[in-house]
Amino acid sequence: MSATPTISFDPARCDGCGDCMSACVSAKSTVEYIAQSRIRIVRDDEAGCWGVAQCRQCGDPRCASVCPAAALAKGDDGIVAWDAERCVNCLLCTAGCIYGGIAFSPAEGHVVKCDQCAGAPQCVSACTRGALRYVNAAKLYNRWGELEDLFVPGLGGCQGCNTELIMRHTLRRVGPNTVLATPPGCIPGMGSVGYNGMLGCKVPVFHPLLTNTASMLTGIRRQYRRKGRKVTALALAGDGGAGDVGFQSLSGAAERGEQILFVCVDNEGYMNTGAQRSGSTTYGAWTATTPVGDTGRGKTQDAKNLPLLMMWHGCEYVATASTAFMEDFYAKLEAALDASERGFAYLHLYSPCTSGWRFPSASNIEVARKAVETNFALLWEYRRDRGLRLSRDIDDPAPVTEYLELLGKFRHLDAAQTAHIQRHVAAQAQVLRDLAGMHQDDGLSHCCSSIVPQAVRHETGG
Amino acid sequence: MELFDYVVLGASHAGLEALRAIRAHDADGSIAVLDREARLPVSPTVLPYVVSGKCAADRVALRERSWFDTQRVDYRQQAAAAALDTANSRLRLADGREISYGKLLLATGAAPALPPIEGLSDVSFHVLRTLDDALALRDVASKAGRSAGRAVVLGAGLVGMHAAENLVRAGAGVTIVEMRGQVLPGYFDPLAAARIEAVFRDKGVEVLTGRRVKQVAPRDEGCTVLLDDGEARDADLLLAAAGVRPEVSYLAGSGVAVERGIVVDEFMRTVADNVWAAGDVVQTRSFFADGTPAGGILPDAVEQGRTAGMSMAGDPGVRPYPGGVSLNTYGFFGRRALSVGRDAPEQAGSEWDVLVRGGEGADGYLKLVLREGRLQGIFGVDVLFDPGIMWELILRRVEIGARRDALLENPQDTARALMSGLWR
Ligand SMILES: Cc1cc2nc3c(=O)[nH]c(=O)nc-3n(C[C@H](O)[C@H](O)[C@H](O)COP(=O)(O)OP(=O)(O)OC[C@H]3O[C@@H](n4cnc5c(N)ncnc54)[C@H](O)[C@@H]3O)c2cc1C
Ligand code: SF4
Repeated sequence: MSATPTISFDPARCDGCGDCMSACVSAKSTVEYIAQSRIRIVRDDEAGCWGVAQCRQCGDPRCASVCPAAALAKGDDGIVAWDAERCVNCLLCTAGCIYGGIAFSPAEGHVVKCDQCAGAPQCVSACTRGALRYVNAAKLYNRWGELEDLFVPGLGGCQGCNTELIMRHTLRRVGPNTVLATPPGCIPGMGSVGYNGMLGCKVPVFHPLLTNTASMLTGIRRQYRRKGRKVTALALAGDGGAGDVGFQSLSGAAERGEQILFVCVDNEGYMNTGAQRSGSTTYGAWTATTPVGDTGRGKTQDAKNLPLLMMWHGCEYVATASTAFMEDFYAKLEAALDASERGFAYLHLYSPCTSGWRFPSASNIEVARKAVETNFALLWEYRRDRGLRLSRDIDDPAPVTEYLELLGKFRHLDAAQTAHIQRHVAAQAQVLRDLAGMHQDDGLSHCCSSIVPQAVRHETGG
Repeated sequence: MELFDYVVLGASHAGLEALRAIRAHDADGSIAVLDREARLPVSPTVLPYVVSGKCAADRVALRERSWFDTQRVDYRQQAAAAALDTANSRLRLADGREISYGKLLLATGAAPALPPIEGLSDVSFHVLRTLDDALALRDVASKAGRSAGRAVVLGAGLVGMHAAENLVRAGAGVTIVEMRGQVLPGYFDPLAAARIEAVFRDKGVEVLTGRRVKQVAPRDEGCTVLLDDGEARDADLLLAAAGVRPEVSYLAGSGVAVERGIVVDEFMRTVADNVWAAGDVVQTRSFFADGTPAGGILPDAVEQGRTAGMSMAGDPGVRPYPGGVSLNTYGFFGRRALSVGRDAPEQAGSEWDVLVRGGEGADGYLKLVLREGRLQGIFGVDVLFDPGIMWELILRRVEIGARRDALLENPQDTARALMSGLWR
């Protein structure tokens, strides 16, 4: 079966105008009745967000599994089709669907659901805000493929490393109107700055010191502004260049609210130079400088939480993302890019290091996914005006050991060390829960609160 | 002797969902699905509509044979299990054939439980579980309707209520006798049940709750039903719908533990090696880990079937079955009642919150039950919401908090908004 189309919804672009619902009603109404809209835009006042209830044409539709009359079935066209002739109106399908995608319509006297209007969904055509898109499921990713790849083919990364994915996808989206800074680390090592006098990418790129990436970008961005040119100032830095050696300039630029998009690719150490520890290296991990032997048992300190530190700067936008959750990463990249036109945007990406962490090169994404599923890496998003929001439920994580077992750098852990890590992971999750729940008396640790005092935006440039 | 990697016994909701889950993970393993019926699978839930004539008997199959072929599943009809030898992984069929299995799923559902009523075996009565039952009932119901005969229905569960409605529509005079104090006990709270009951009374149904049948005795072609308070009703048609019992007759001596149903763990494994069970045949643990009723409904059979299938195939994505949540979408006389979850206990402590709107006379009735701010149950009559979202809110133990009043006011949109933020 080929890839099938889907209707995607971007809550950030929705303003609740309801044009899609009107379009659906008129598309589905007949002379006999006024139809019920098959798409429903809903407002969560508590969270201040718009949401959508619509059939997602699941690959494995539960509505069909619970239908006692075989009135629902997914066709080769990808549509979960409803058969009026067979339906007995038992409403069990409405119990099977967790998305509100099929519901009883009193006016029509039976359940109704979206059928994508035979390939021309009226709701999508009616949406002038770009919140609804009609895309081929595979094209969710291919959309990136259609954007120009701004790196040379064949970057020199380690086998199985996800940094190439991060670099290419980020730059594809940020686009050619960019000045890129890549401080010493894996990213220039992979070829961003080029070899033998040839550039590794199709945008102006420079190689600052490990210490001054954000300062240099500040000057470049301001200079372009002075010239009246809108250019994105983008950093692709490692965790050392961002959080340790480079922290002073990063912190300064964030505090000043410079219009920079700073992407930190966190592989938890100085992996490019032989896997030395960094401030982001986790407790217990083996590195070249926290060896395991008769006395040493890996790193003895916990990693510092760099993205949270950045949040406390009151940046315009701070988020964590993982290449195991690309759609989430895309959405955050989009938001970060947008925010970087107003102020400082910081995106923290988890990047399992195939060589330094010691795991098979085929399992990078698997490792990244496990990190998230065990709460080892927490995915969240902070917007200055809305506060911190968790990107996924963190209340029911898989055991941390499922993650630790995947990595050679943790092979030596004893029970006490494992327990330490478990405590630390739980504590970090609790911090996030608390932050997400701040100023929210309903306790739904979920959306949109303002936790960091509104940062006073300093006049930049000029 | 024939050997299959997987044998699924019972081709209904639990068995079919398990098949799908097995094939989703194991593309090559050999699978046989055996069913005692001589026809394509039919859901018990659709039977009331066969009785009413809404569905033609040849248009209700859950799957066509081609579906099994596409899945490369050996589907066999008239293959009723008679005995199970777990020590040798072997199943004996009623016709004497034997089949060996690598892994076995028991999904044989339930059969009507006959109430211990004196004289029941001496009279002719109906039950409703199989297509044959439905066809037989359809014929006598239309006959009873034409002759304005009398029908007595034992039990006001879903089966009894559906059948009673069909009988009234056909033109019969109907009496429902229910032992417990309300109709649809365990499915709806007393207030919702009272509303439903009122509609039945309006339609001329006699509803006797809190009453037992003491004895039945033959009378002409029908019978006389004697109640515990001495009253009697004549019946041209008697329907026994007083609950179900698991279909486990073939498990004697097999070592598979059976209590109120087959005993299973959270991956639907029975105590016997390589034997799983799912659906109405198992004893379903309640999600709430209390005495609230669980199991015996179609969505549970599907969930359990999927869990069992994934576990059998070794699918690493398998999640433990969270326990049953009572869930009903009940349509009656063109109206709709929905229920998900549990009601508050009689002596509810201060951690419980019960919100109700729509008392007597109001258009719709809705009741929300919260415990420590989390949804436990929602019951509605003539108020629409998405049961699937409510079910998930309960399973995820989502805090409703400040949204409780909005949820009572507009359960559909409020829950959808919560859903949209929580799971994408
Ligand atoms: C009249 C009626 C109305 C209902 N309405 C609802 C409703 O509205 N909502 C709801 O959620 N649920 C309802 N139910 C319950 C629902 O139908 C069951 O929960 C569901 O069918 C259980 O599925 P299952 O696969 O476990 O078992 P079943 O559907 O009972 O299937 C069991 C299968 O096993 C086969 N079998 C049995 N014994 C053997 C054997 N020895 N060898 C081989 N095969 C065997 C049978 O032929 C059958 O195909 C209703 C039930 C009835 C009877
Ligand atoms: S309402 Fe119709 S489509 Fe939905 S489950 Fe019942 S029979 Fe199937």
